[in-house]
Amino acid sequence: MRPLQRKLLRDLWRLKAQVLTIALVVASGVGGFIGSLSTHASLVSLRDAYYDSARFGHVFVAARRAPQRLEAAIRAIPGVVDVETTIAGNVMVTLPDTVESMTGRVVALPERGTPRINRVFLRSGRWLEPDDAHGVLVNEAFARARHLEPGSRVTLLVNGRFESLEVRGVALSPEYVFAAAHGGFADDTRFGVFWLSHAKLAAAYDMEGAFNSAALRLARGASVPRVIAALDRLLAAYGSRGTYAREDQPSNRALSQEIGEQQVFGTVLPAVFLAVAIFLLNVLLARHIATERLQIAALKALGYANRSIGLHYLALSLVIVGLGTLIGLGVGALLGQWMTQLYTGYFFFPVHAWHVEPWILAVAIGVAVLGAVGAAAGAVRAVVRLPPAEAMHPPAPAHFRRTLLERLHLGRLLPDEARMILRELERRKLRTALTVVGVASSVAIVIAGTWWGDAFDRLIDIELHRRERADVIVALTEAETPAALHAAARLPGVLAAEGSRDVPVRLRNGPYQYRTNVTGLAADARLRPMLDADLKPLLLVEGALLLTDRLARRLHVRPGDALWVEPLEGTGQPRLVPVALETGDLMGMRAYMTRRDAAALAGDSDNVNGIRLRIDRNRLGEFYERARSIPVFASIGDKVLMVRHFRATSRRNLLVFTGVLSAFAACIAVGVVYNSARIALAEHAWELASLRVLGFTRGEVSWILLGQVGLQILVAIPIGCLLGYGLAALLAELIHGEEFRIPLVILPRTYAFAILVMLGAALASAAIVRRRIDRLNLVAALKTRE
Amino acid sequence: MSGWAILPVDGAAHARGRRTATEIRVTAEPVFVARELRKIYRAGEVEVHALRGVSFEICRSEFVVLLGPSGSGKSTLLNILGGLDTASSGEVRWRNHDLVHATEQELTRYRREHVGFVFQFYNLIPSLTARENVELVTDLVPRAMRPEEALGLVGLEGRLDHFPAQLSGGEQQRVAIARAIAKRPECLLCDEPTGALDIDTGRLVLEAIGRVNRELGTTTLVITHNAVISRMADRIMRLADGRIAEISVNPEKLAPAELHW
Repeated sequence: MRPLQRKLLRDLWRLKAQVLTIALVVASGVGGFIGSLSTHASLVSLRDAYYDSARFGHVFVAARRAPQRLEAAIRAIPGVVDVETTIAGNVMVTLPDTVESMTGRVVALPERGTPRINRVFLRSGRWLEPDDAHGVLVNEAFARARHLEPGSRVTLLVNGRFESLEVRGVALSPEYVFAAAHGGFADDTRFGVFWLSHAKLAAAYDMEGAFNSAALRLARGASVPRVIAALDRLLAAYGSRGTYAREDQPSNRALSQEIGEQQVFGTVLPAVFLAVAIFLLNVLLARHIATERLQIAALKALGYANRSIGLHYLALSLVIVGLGTLIGLGVGALLGQWMTQLYTGYFFFPVHAWHVEPWILAVAIGVAVLGAVGAAAGAVRAVVRLPPAEAMHPPAPAHFRRTLLERLHLGRLLPDEARMILRELERRKLRTALTVVGVASSVAIVIAGTWWGDAFDRLIDIELHRRERADVIVALTEAETPAALHAAARLPGVLAAEGSRDVPVRLRNGPYQYRTNVTGLAADARLRPMLDADLKPLLLVEGALLLTDRLARRLHVRPGDALWVEPLEGTGQPRLVPVALETGDLMGMRAYMTRRDAAALAGDSDNVNGIRLRIDRNRLGEFYERARSIPVFASIGDKVLMVRHFRATSRRNLLVFTGVLSAFAACIAVGVVYNSARIALAEHAWELASLRVLGFTRGEVSWILLGQVGLQILVAIPIGCLLGYGLAALLAELIHGEEFRIPLVILPRTYAFAILVMLGAALASAAIVRRRIDRLNLVAALKTRE
Repeated sequence: MSGWAILPVDGAAHARGRRTATEIRVTAEPVFVARELRKIYRAGEVEVHALRGVSFEICRSEFVVLLGPSGSGKSTLLNILGGLDTASSGEVRWRNHDLVHATEQELTRYRREHVGFVFQFYNLIPSLTARENVELVTDLVPRAMRPEEALGLVGLEGRLDHFPAQLSGGEQQRVAIARAIAKRPECLLCDEPTGALDIDTGRLVLEAIGRVNRELGTTTLVITHNAVISRMADRIMRLADGRIAEISVNPEKLAPAELHW
């Protein structure tokens, strides 16, 4: 081994603590990048592979009742490769020994064989025989949540009739990768998918020779809007409930949204980590070169060329980054597997394979290496600039000047030590600024990883407490006269009842259109008040629409403009309706009208298909007992359970996310604080030892050094809080989908947590450095020439 | 041109020399030739004239001691002769190498191939052992000594694997000398090699330097504040205020062991 290589190894060993802390920051960046992006890529390929192998539909359509012969006409639409019709419906679910109400979706299996489109994968148990009238297949998510297995029993309220069925098998479907009742939060524990024999469902829904649901596969390059338009025309006469493309399919939409978020996290945060790592390396190398000035000059005097010495320091940088990258590859692989596993805990795929694509590794390594080179560039430049004659004389004392405070004649207020600290910080402005930025970024990263809890709490508060004041929301199988509402009001425990009318519509403003539900409510609805973005009450006006602000933007309309509202259900005609106001819903893209207007849109007078209830929670059991047996109740949603489930799942995911980011941020904090303290110590060892010889105590000397670091941290914390707010805003903006908006709320507890993480890391670093100060060898330090 | 033809700017100083150069080895071959050498440093708005027109010749295998007070220009001169720094004007040559107009690369090659340095503060690489510090230079040139041989020459054969921190000041300086001579340089430039050492250790170091000069025929220039050391030189060059104040020939060279201070 060449002497310079040996020097490199020994230098690395001597600087091991600093090397390790910087390597860990690099590892955080590389690991976060690889972890997030490989999770993203794995989910994308799992999804795509699953969709391909399961022949997931490209277009979906629902109708009230369409004759089977229509299938041939659908197949004849240009671009359609295959079509499969089926019967589906919403049901109430009862399990033995379970009081709470659950809902589900029943889907008929083909009369012969297995589905050609949206293939159902059997995970356990056996397939249903075509004539099996007492068996059912259940989706894996619900089966797992409710501990159902072949042989378990479930009772479904199918179109007003209780059907007691035996689970024959557990299955997966690409339509329910992310199983969620329409419009609600994902809740695997209270929403199940059930596949029944075709004969059974045809009988239950009176659909012999008919279908109410179809999925289509299109040829590559086929025009989706044209197929949808053709389908709408074909099914208009059969109570079409709308046609939508794969991108609007609920499970796929939730999945894609989640996958998209991964990509954001995978690029924004690791970029911050890598930037900090490069900064740390740069400072470390600059400092390292400053201490080795004489050695470098001596090497030059001995005849070493700039190139060999420059390469030596570049190698130092590359080794540190290489070490970090290696650790990062491991961390990234673990993180990716872990996150993929976490996701496949609620996205149900037949296989759970994590993989990492070579380009992700190549980019991670490439960026890290570029970073190493960038960090070393300044150092190498310094090496080249250093004249070899420097070897012959010690460095001149550094140039100091009076600080701003002193120039303002406030200097006398400061003790000598404080003046030393301030002058040092002012002299090394750039390094001080960079340290402040480093510390601030770690505070910001913790905030960016933690504020989601605040945001979700606010989201739940606004959407499920202030906007949704009902305890229970009942969906009816069909629109019913207001008599159903009065009947519901008389159920045990009901304190108040309000009816609503949901009508699927297509909203159209010139070229812009969107398919959603218009919700009709009483003008003075108290269980579902209309609130604007500032939570001020809005009034529903007869003959006008209220739109979610995001929907208004999507359709390019403002209050005062008019929209075409085409009902996708019932006998009503499209009409031009003015937009009155915008609501600030954080979830969903919805439209609201008075209940009478909505009913008119669907073609009847004032029927309801949803009922909101306030209930005395002490009588909930009694309520369910009665409500479950009412045939027109398609589903009963319990808000408390929904909130509880949402909190539980989001908390679990958040804890993981916050934990990982806080650990990464702590790495950065330790990396920045420890390194700046160590560097300051190395630079000032001589000075500090001199002060000790002059009679300063260890405490006083430590205060001069740690005071510098402490002051930088104090300055950095408020900046970090601001940066954190900015980073949170950026993340909220980047992941904000059409379906929801994350409210930008950061509570003091989050700032406090971030500051505590930072201070913890700072104190740990300070303690290590303080021990070194205590062990400062006075005689040796005075012999060093710097 | 005669090898010992010394051309001091200051004629009086020349006259004060106890013997003229021609009285000694007239046939010696000059290796360093300097004419009207000037060096001006700019420190902010102030111009510092470190050398104000220095001319001399130094011959092969000669042992020259540079004496002078702080700021007299000794180190500047040594740096220029060693290719560490360049002159502002004038002329200085090492054999046929022009050291004034040489590029950075040429100076690096010059140092690598011809010059050995010994620094006042040794400038060893602390993370390398004695042997490895010497290897630093033996790796650079062909025909170098083995590190063990170089360290043997300075009496450190028993300390090969010690790190600088495990060596005394004198030992460190001898490692530095071994490092400087291991590549068999044609000239050895020493800046206060005993400045940081006590008498006995200093003597050991001077013995090593003297031996290199004697046995390897290396042209040797030593800067010192210690006038006693000049007793072991062939010639003594005194600098004052950037000029050569006097060049004198040593009537009787003493061995380092005979020096007392």
